[in-house]
Amino acid sequence: MPNSGIDALLSVNNLTRLGQGLAVTLKLSIISIAISLALGLIYGIAMTTKNKLLYGLLKLYLEAFRVIPLLVWLFLLFFGGARAFGADTDGFTASVIVFSMWGTVEMGDIIRGAVQSIPACQRLSAEALGMTKARIYRHVIIPQAVRRFTPAAINLVTRMIKTSSLAVFVGVTEILRVGKQIIEFNMMKNPMASFWIYAFIFVVYFIICYPVSRLSKRLEAKWEY
Amino acid sequence: MGFNWGFIVKFLPNYAAAVALTVKLAVLGVSLSAVVGAVCGLVLYFKVKVVRTIVRGYIELSRNTPLVIQLFFLYYGIPKLGLKLSGEACAIIGLAFLGGGYMAEAFRGGLESVSEAQLESGLSVGLNAWQMTRFVILPQALSVAAPALGANCVFLIKETSVVSVIAIQDVMSLTKELIGMYYNTYETLAILVLCYSLILIPVSLAFSLIERRLRHAEFGD
Repeated sequence: MPNSGIDALLSVNNLTRLGQGLAVTLKLSIISIAISLALGLIYGIAMTTKNKLLYGLLKLYLEAFRVIPLLVWLFLLFFGGARAFGADTDGFTASVIVFSMWGTVEMGDIIRGAVQSIPACQRLSAEALGMTKARIYRHVIIPQAVRRFTPAAINLVTRMIKTSSLAVFVGVTEILRVGKQIIEFNMMKNPMASFWIYAFIFVVYFIICYPVSRLSKRLEAKWEY
Repeated sequence: MGFNWGFIVKFLPNYAAAVALTVKLAVLGVSLSAVVGAVCGLVLYFKVKVVRTIVRGYIELSRNTPLVIQLFFLYYGIPKLGLKLSGEACAIIGLAFLGGGYMAEAFRGGLESVSEAQLESGLSVGLNAWQMTRFVILPQALSVAAPALGANCVFLIKETSVVSVIAIQDVMSLTKELIGMYYNTYETLAILVLCYSLILIPVSLAFSLIERRLRHAEFGD
């Protein structure tokens, strides 16, 4: 095919730019995932509290993210923040904050589920053996909880990578926005560009997410009991 | 700087129209993805040759790519091949493409949870294929699949917020437009949250009720 339009994509310059966009996408995802993991651990353990008030508050926070779409949260922080503080909110920062707030509840809920899935008799037996609380966690709860936690957490990682695409709504120059720019630049000489560029980005996301979700499924199957 | 109630009243009709559109897209998108998911789930359950491989590939594609990209490809990419679709059609197809993969997994999980002994018992008392499906497989499979199906519905309704990337006058794009034009940010954002709460809170409550009701059908533990 003489003019399939794929040359719009294959130029070194464009690939480099798409690569830079991808780097932003990944940076956004990795920072959010790291924060979510750290805060989610605290949140998840806190969810196992017997204090009704604390539990109620944490549950409310969870439900708020379960009910309101993430993009709405992003709008709230991005536009609301800009209005409240007068200054222009940075889209990247707003995205990191919102994705981390969401990731924290999701990660926390996974951790809570993993910890609570361990039958009470395990804890009681350990107590009967005179183990301290720390040792019960270290030798009884955590090793078992990790097996339940890991597949779900890895699955959340793919969800968070996919979710990072929402950053395009608040002006972050991630891979999709770079793609749009390349298409607009080539609009006249290469009308097929939008097909190839979006197909390319589609494939890039798949190549990143597929192995991760495969890993999650494998671990799940392996550790199932 | 008070909360401008007049502004809210003035644009209420616009919001009503936008919410109606979101609901319409959600209903059609969810229904279509349930159909796609049911068909794919059955293909996987009955291990239909060749088709099964295609279905597996589709499920992986739909689950491992973001809806935003799927929509961009459908709306801006595909027309270059000569197939032009309206924004609404793209939104519904996009939701069905994404949701179909998730629904298929839920259906398959439900179907596979029906134990072999149940099928053998059904056969041994002389049920035919239709009776088996209607009285043995479906009631159990659906009650097992219900929580996942409900979660998928809520997930898909939330995902409709993303369709505003492709020139659709939904609640999200209306919000963005009004903020840009009038700068009544707080009012606009408050209505936005209200709109989604109105749609999603009843839906999630309904699903948790259905889920509780369906527990009756559980067998064994």
